[in-house]
Amino acid sequence: MGAQLRVYRRRIRSTKSMAKITRAMELIATTRISGAQRAAESAGPYAREITRAVSAVAGRYSQHPLLTEAENPTRAAVLVITSDKGLAGGYTTNAIKEAESLSQLLKDQGKDVLTYMVGRKGVGFYRFRDRPMEREWEGITERPSYMDAKEIGAALMEKFTADTADGGVDEIHVVSTEFVSMITQRAATHRVLPLEIEEVDAEELKQQQGGAVPLYDFEPSPEEALDQLLPQYVSNRIYFALLEAAASQWASRRAAMKAATDNAEELVHTLTRQANQARQAEITNEISEIVGGADALASASAGSE
Amino acid sequence: MSNKLFVELVSPERELWAGEGDMVIVKTVEGDLGVQPGHIPVLSLLAPGAVVRVMGGRENGEVRAAVHGGFISVADNRVSVLAEIAELAEEIDVSRAQTALDNVGTVTADDAEATARAARARSRLAAAGTGEPV
Repeated sequence: MGAQLRVYRRRIRSTKSMAKITRAMELIATTRISGAQRAAESAGPYAREITRAVSAVAGRYSQHPLLTEAENPTRAAVLVITSDKGLAGGYTTNAIKEAESLSQLLKDQGKDVLTYMVGRKGVGFYRFRDRPMEREWEGITERPSYMDAKEIGAALMEKFTADTADGGVDEIHVVSTEFVSMITQRAATHRVLPLEIEEVDAEELKQQQGGAVPLYDFEPSPEEALDQLLPQYVSNRIYFALLEAAASQWASRRAAMKAATDNAEELVHTLTRQANQARQAEITNEISEIVGGADALASASAGSE
Repeated sequence: MSNKLFVELVSPERELWAGEGDMVIVKTVEGDLGVQPGHIPVLSLLAPGAVVRVMGGRENGEVRAAVHGGFISVADNRVSVLAEIAELAEEIDVSRAQTALDNVGTVTADDAEATARAARARSRLAAAGTGEPV
C-alpha cells in the first residue's frame, strides 16, 4: 500500500472517532438543556412573587437607601457569568465582551469597576491578562443551586451596604447570557441595584401583573420589610440569571458540537474521496507498469526472430 | 366573592404546594397571623423557623410546611408564602432534624448562627408533628 493512501486512511479513522465524541457531547448537551429549562421554569413563581412584593413596597416607600441612587456614584460592581468548561462556541467570549463594554462605559462615567466572576473560563481569561477580580466562583455554572446564588448575593449586598469611603459600591450590574431560543442566546446587562423605577401606564400594568398593586399593610414596617426583601430579591435575580445562563450554556454547547460533528463528517467524505483517488492512481500506475513491461518483452522477442 | 383562599407555598427552586384552603395560620415577626377569606392586603415577614398551616388544604385536614426566612403576602383571597428554605411536612426527615437539633446543643443568645440552626430544626420537627409546637 502506498504511503499516501496510508496517511489518508489514518486521518479518516481519527476524524471519525472525533465525530463520535462530538456527537456524544451534543446529545448530552441536548438532554441538559431541558433540565436547565425546567429548573428555570420552576423558579418562575418565586421570582414573580418577590418582584411583585418588592415593587409593592418600593411604590409606597421609596426613600430607602437601597433604592435611591447615590448622588455621585464612584464605584460599581459587575457580576459576570461565564462557563466552567469550554467547547461551548462563543458563549464565554460573548459574555466577556459584553462585560468589557459595560466596564468601559462605567469607567467613562467616572466609576471604578469591581469585577465578580462566575465560571472557570472567565476567571482564567482575567487571570491570564492580570486583570483584578474582587471575588470568583467556580464549578457552579452547570447546575446552580439557590445556596450558590445566596452566597454571591450576600457578597454583593455586603459591598452595596458598605459606605463608599470604605470600599462599598453604589451600583450592582449583572452580565449574563439570556436564553432567547434553542438557537439564539444573547449576552445582556442588567442593573440589579438600585432598582430602576419604571413609569408604566395602567393598561401595561394590567397586562404584566394583572392590575395595580394592592395597598398592602406592612408588618412590622415598610422599611423593615424592604430590609429583608431586597437581599432576597437580589439573590433571586442572581439565581435566575444563573439558571438562564446554564440553559444558554448548554444550548450554545449543543450548537457548537453539532457544527463540529457536521464538519467532521464532511471532512470524512472529502478524505474518503481523496483516499479512493490515491488508490485508483496506484492501481493505474501498476497496470501501466505491467503493460509497459509486457510491451518491452514482446518487442525484445520480436527483434530476436 | 368566593369563600376559599388560593394558597401558594413557594421556595426559590420550586413551587411546593398550591391549592385552595379555608384558613392560613403562620407565625410572623409580630406574632401569629391567621388569614381567612376577605382579609385585607397584608405583607408580613415570617418569624425565623416558622411553621405554615393551611387549614382545609386537603380532603382530610391541613397542609403543613416548615419555612425559614421568608414572607407572606395576602391580596384578593390570594395568599403567597415565600421562603428561602421551605419543606412540606411529608418531606421532612425527622431523624435528621432531631440530630441537627441535638448537635446545636445549648444555644447561647449571642450565637446567631446556632440560634438560627436550632430554630430551623425545631420548625421542621414541629411541622412534621413530632416536636413541641413552635
